Amino acid sequence: MFARRSDLPLDKDALSRFLPWLIAFMVFLAVMAMAGVLVLNTVAARWDRGVSGTLTVQIIPAENAVDDDARLQTVLKILTETPEIERFETLGDDKLLALLEPWLGTSAGAKDLPLPRLVDVELKSGAKLDIDALSRRMEARVPGVSIDDHSIWLNRLVRLIRTVEGLASLVLVFIALSTIGTVVFTTRTGLALHRNAIEVLHFIGAQDSYVAAQFASRALTLGLKGGVIGLFLAVPSLLGIGVMAAKMESGLLPDITLGAVHWSALAGLPIIVALIAMLTARITVMKTLARML
Amino acid sequence: MTIDENEAIVKFENVGLRYGLGPEVLQDVTFSLAPGSFHFLVGPSGAGKSSLLKLIYLALKPSRGLISLFGRDIATTSRRDLPPIRRRVGVVFQEFRLLNHLSAFDNVALPLRIAGAKKSEIQKHVVELLSWVGLKDHLDARPPTLSGGQQQRVSIARAVIARPKILLADEPTGNVDDPMGMRLMHLFEELNKLGTTVIIATHNNMMVEKMGYPKMHLDEGWLEMVGDGSMSAPAPRQTDFEGLI
Repeated sequence: MFARRSDLPLDKDALSRFLPWLIAFMVFLAVMAMAGVLVLNTVAARWDRGVSGTLTVQIIPAENAVDDDARLQTVLKILTETPEIERFETLGDDKLLALLEPWLGTSAGAKDLPLPRLVDVELKSGAKLDIDALSRRMEARVPGVSIDDHSIWLNRLVRLIRTVEGLASLVLVFIALSTIGTVVFTTRTGLALHRNAIEVLHFIGAQDSYVAAQFASRALTLGLKGGVIGLFLAVPSLLGIGVMAAKMESGLLPDITLGAVHWSALAGLPIIVALIAMLTARITVMKTLARML
Repeated sequence: MTIDENEAIVKFENVGLRYGLGPEVLQDVTFSLAPGSFHFLVGPSGAGKSSLLKLIYLALKPSRGLISLFGRDIATTSRRDLPPIRRRVGVVFQEFRLLNHLSAFDNVALPLRIAGAKKSEIQKHVVELLSWVGLKDHLDARPPTLSGGQQQRVSIARAVIARPKILLADEPTGNVDDPMGMRLMHLFEELNKLGTTVIIATHNNMMVEKMGYPKMHLDEGWLEMVGDGSMSAPAPRQTDFEGLI
């Protein structure tokens, strides 16, 4: 499929100088979009794993604090009696206020607000707890208690992530289509520019595939060149985003660094783009030449 | 592809050619050439000599009529099967049509490379042939740096390097001096002796008369074979019709 040497002066075309940069930008965008998809996938999986094994028990505050303490002790007793539970922890007022700080600021104090009591519960690995039954047991003994297994929040979040993932995948498809369009345009221009030389090659007895191989080989080289440039532009950007994300001390945001598999997939993008460019050039030349004598 | 010695290597039957909606530049051209024949294609400028050659090297399709090369009807030959036929036809273009970005060596080597010859063979044959046409010191020269005569010799070397079965040359000695012109004509004769069918389009009547080969005479698109037994349709000239009227 590859010609070892070129009989056509494709290197000297202005478009040959322009194509690698165009492909570089395409690969840059593709790497960013693909990294987004991979990170979102990881985040969704981690959130799913992290949240699905936990519960939050909320005790709505009563008229006086003594009652609240008694209700809390009852709830803790029920939790202790439940075998599927690994551990539980009552969130102190400090932690509650820290969670509310983004909305209420630092001036609000525990005494000023009727804060609910929250118990963070972690289930045993693989345990299948009947949440509804537990909820009914608690409600019977401590009215005003609710159990949140995060399923509504998690479902909405996962749906949102899947939508963003879908959009990012669509961006990848558009990038591929743009690359194909660009290569078709540059190849057709090259065919028009070198029509005379291609005619001579035909008269000498060259098959269409001989000419196509020269364009394909050139497109592969330029595609790889552009792809590597694009990857080198994208990697520092991704690392920068990773560093910024790591600095965010948010309990909601899981670690969003990319793994070795992810980096390998991203490194493969320039090769895929170069192969797309090569195949596109070959098909374009074969189709165009088929219309010549 | 084998060639039957008795079978015409080039055969035209009632071939007509027009460009677009213009008048026919070739009209009812009928002839056949035996393998190993040598012909001069003569006629005034604009008579259709280059068009006739273009039909033979498959650069054009006829508007009507039948063309067969090496016993194959070109109209029914698939596009994929045309390149092997073209490889057996060497062409010296009037305007040379060398690839300016390639050296003289690479230009001449093209037919061998396309045919998939070995690198060592290419090196040997190309250097040998370019030496023979007096361009040993210009192997690496690009065509734009060569004179018209030198470019013409590179063009001839490219046409003959793969030992074609048919050699077509459009004014091959137009840009070289007489001694070099005769030297090139001897090269064509040598190839002819080795079995190549040669057609040379030229205005050089002196050379045509001196060499004494049969002529294909074209005038206003009508062909007349002169001086050999190759089949040729009598040209229904305008004057003939006038005589009838």
